[in-house]
Amino acid sequence: MTEEIIIAGFGGQGVLSMGKILAYSGIMQGQEVAWMPSYGPEMRGGTANVTVIISDSRISSPILQEFDTAIILNQQSMDKFEKMVKPGGTLIYDPNGITRHPERKDIKICKIEAAEEAARLKSAKTFNMIVLGAFLKVKPIVKLENVIKGLEKSLPSRHHHLIPMNQEAIQKGMDIVKL
Amino acid sequence: MAELKLMKGNEAIAEAAIRCGCDGYFGYPITPQSEVMETLMARKPWEETGMVVLQAESEVAAINMVYGGAGCGKKVMTSSSSPGVSLKQEGITYIAGAELPCLVVNVVRGGPGLGTIQPAQSDYFQATKGGGHGDYRLIVLAPASVQEMYDFVDLGFELAFKYRNPVQIQSDGVIGQMMEKVTVGEFKPRLTDEEVVKRYGSWATTGKTANRDRNIITSLDLDAYRQEQFNLKLQRKYKEIEEKEVRFEKIACEDADYLLVAYGSSSRICQKAIEIAREKGIKVGLLRPITLFPYPTKAIQAMLGQVKGILAVEMSAGQMVEDVRLAVEGKVKVQHYGRMGGVIPTPNEIVKALEEQIING
Amino acid sequence: MDIKDIIKEENLVYSKTKVLTDNVMHYCPGCTHGVVHKILAEVIDELNIQEKTIGVTPVGCAVLAYNYLHIDWQEAAHGRAPAVATAINRLYPEKYVFTYQGDGDLASIGAAEIIHACNRGEKMLVIFINNGIYGMTGGQMAPTTLEGMPTSTSPYGRDVKMTGQPLKITELIAQLPGTCYVTRQAAHTPAAVRKLKKAITKAFDNTGKKKGTSFIEVVSTCNSGWKLSPVKSNEWMVEHMFPYYPLGDMKDE
Repeated sequence: MTEEIIIAGFGGQGVLSMGKILAYSGIMQGQEVAWMPSYGPEMRGGTANVTVIISDSRISSPILQEFDTAIILNQQSMDKFEKMVKPGGTLIYDPNGITRHPERKDIKICKIEAAEEAARLKSAKTFNMIVLGAFLKVKPIVKLENVIKGLEKSLPSRHHHLIPMNQEAIQKGMDIVKL
Repeated sequence: MAELKLMKGNEAIAEAAIRCGCDGYFGYPITPQSEVMETLMARKPWEETGMVVLQAESEVAAINMVYGGAGCGKKVMTSSSSPGVSLKQEGITYIAGAELPCLVVNVVRGGPGLGTIQPAQSDYFQATKGGGHGDYRLIVLAPASVQEMYDFVDLGFELAFKYRNPVQIQSDGVIGQMMEKVTVGEFKPRLTDEEVVKRYGSWATTGKTANRDRNIITSLDLDAYRQEQFNLKLQRKYKEIEEKEVRFEKIACEDADYLLVAYGSSSRICQKAIEIAREKGIKVGLLRPITLFPYPTKAIQAMLGQVKGILAVEMSAGQMVEDVRLAVEGKVKVQHYGRMGGVIPTPNEIVKALEEQIING
Repeated sequence: MDIKDIIKEENLVYSKTKVLTDNVMHYCPGCTHGVVHKILAEVIDELNIQEKTIGVTPVGCAVLAYNYLHIDWQEAAHGRAPAVATAINRLYPEKYVFTYQGDGDLASIGAAEIIHACNRGEKMLVIFINNGIYGMTGGQMAPTTLEGMPTSTSPYGRDVKMTGQPLKITELIAQLPGTCYVTRQAAHTPAAVRKLKKAITKAFDNTGKKKGTSFIEVVSTCNSGWKLSPVKSNEWMVEHMFPYYPLGDMKDE
């Protein structure tokens, strides 16, 4: 199994940390992982994206031109990455702020209203975990218990009290994602 | 104790430095390698192992601090990215000329000039053919994964002290910024001052005691004949390094009709290209130089009876390809494919280049 | 009386310090370097710190200073001695580290390194030989060359409109909080030599006490570069250099 994922959105949406938690989850179940961010001026208030690869075998290129799954959280990323999903692949997006919805017919498209749900929960910080939950529902490549272990590893221990809240958000994402 | 961690390549350099008993790091911020010093400053190794970490006023000062520390017989290092490494060339040639051990990390970005902050491999000539003035060589290690970034710090210091020669880790923005799974090793204690005297007291400035003559760290000898003798000694050392320290990896070469030669992040992209090419029925393998100096010349020559053509893939205008051609001596077709200025080649581009320039070219 | 009756231990009035080597110095007759080297060696001997002292030589006439003092030395790239010494000082905090630099090395190409090392208050001592000219390369203009002073790269005299005023770098250094002792001395008379020796002793003492950076400028002559006899050079120095570079302590904390 090799899953090549792009997560793309605005800086500040927790794109990079979501990728990191996912990568850590892969490590927790003994898989090979790679996390490759865009870096530089792109990061300053603009778009942020990260490639995450989880595989049972040695990972070749961390630089990819097509992905099994694209998780898209703003319009610029939709414009850039929709066409880079492999035929038969998956696109997960949050419709909040999207003016042109995905048009491809040869891929599976899932909607997650994470921004709306985070606002309803009055907890903007849970946004990326709701999205992660949606991904895990659609692509259960890592077990939830390993995601929790991944959270423990990637969060400094002073933030460990936030793990139950994050777990609830992941569960919420799993519940509300529209397949 | 050994642990499994998810780390950026740059963080791995810092962690490895602390764990392998490095005595001092001297650096200056530059993208895309600033995480090396940032990680060290956050970790405060001076409390943990006694390691000195200092932000210098410039890259020039930083490499000269490395000279001073190395001259003391201490395990010292610096890191930078291309424009900063250009500034360090003065210090590097003095370090080579004074035969001092040290580690330099270059997280290469696109040039020339201020260029870009995106990854490139366009400093191959600088790293392997000189960079500074004079007939000298660095031992150059090219990591292709975050684990290798970690491992090559310890290996680099080992080689540096074995040959009393500067070692450079030639990385790039991809490997520096990427996170991968890393097994971090156990802590090696730093040498005590007494151990340094015992091991390196014959040449290092540890303080002139009554039982020995003064030690002088210098690259100066105004007598041309003595300077020539010294140069010949250096050349013998480089020859020995070429005989003993070549490192490379072969992937999917057993049945290969064609060969890709690539190092560092390009070699990772080539592995994907091989997956794609083999699905199309093209039998292609990869030879990945791990040491750029010494170069795996013989390993390439050993493939010549087997492969019909070689494509060297680099993020440059074609620098390493010259060493491939020197190895091949015109016996098979050698072509270069590369992107420049911070653009990273895609696996499909490489397959296309292989088809157009080698198979059908 | 036979000569052998005179050469006896009890008649000894002077002996060379053991810290000085027997090598014949390459400096020109009349050069200030030899005097300063001897004072340095004597102080190191008297303080009994030979085993703990590490010197850093510059690029310039004193590049070969390591031939003359029996201590461990590092020869730095042009201007970089303070950076080299910084690392030695940080890695061996118990050692006595000093740099020995000329005006081209310290005040021109190495201005950044000296300012930052002094600003960090590296626990070391700096000997700064200022003779207002590049001696080693054959008498070119230095940042400290006086206005109107002819050199091989200012053959009609230094034109300050073109090259700026002579740089009083020691005054700049004295402003830095990292320095604990900043003084300007000379070595042209027995009295000056005694004062300089006192200053160098104090500076080593400061280094041992980890007080901060001690900085000693020695206003010096370069009779070859100045194209004057040693005696005339001393006179010229007193007449022209001292008014612009007045002797004395600028800071002693």
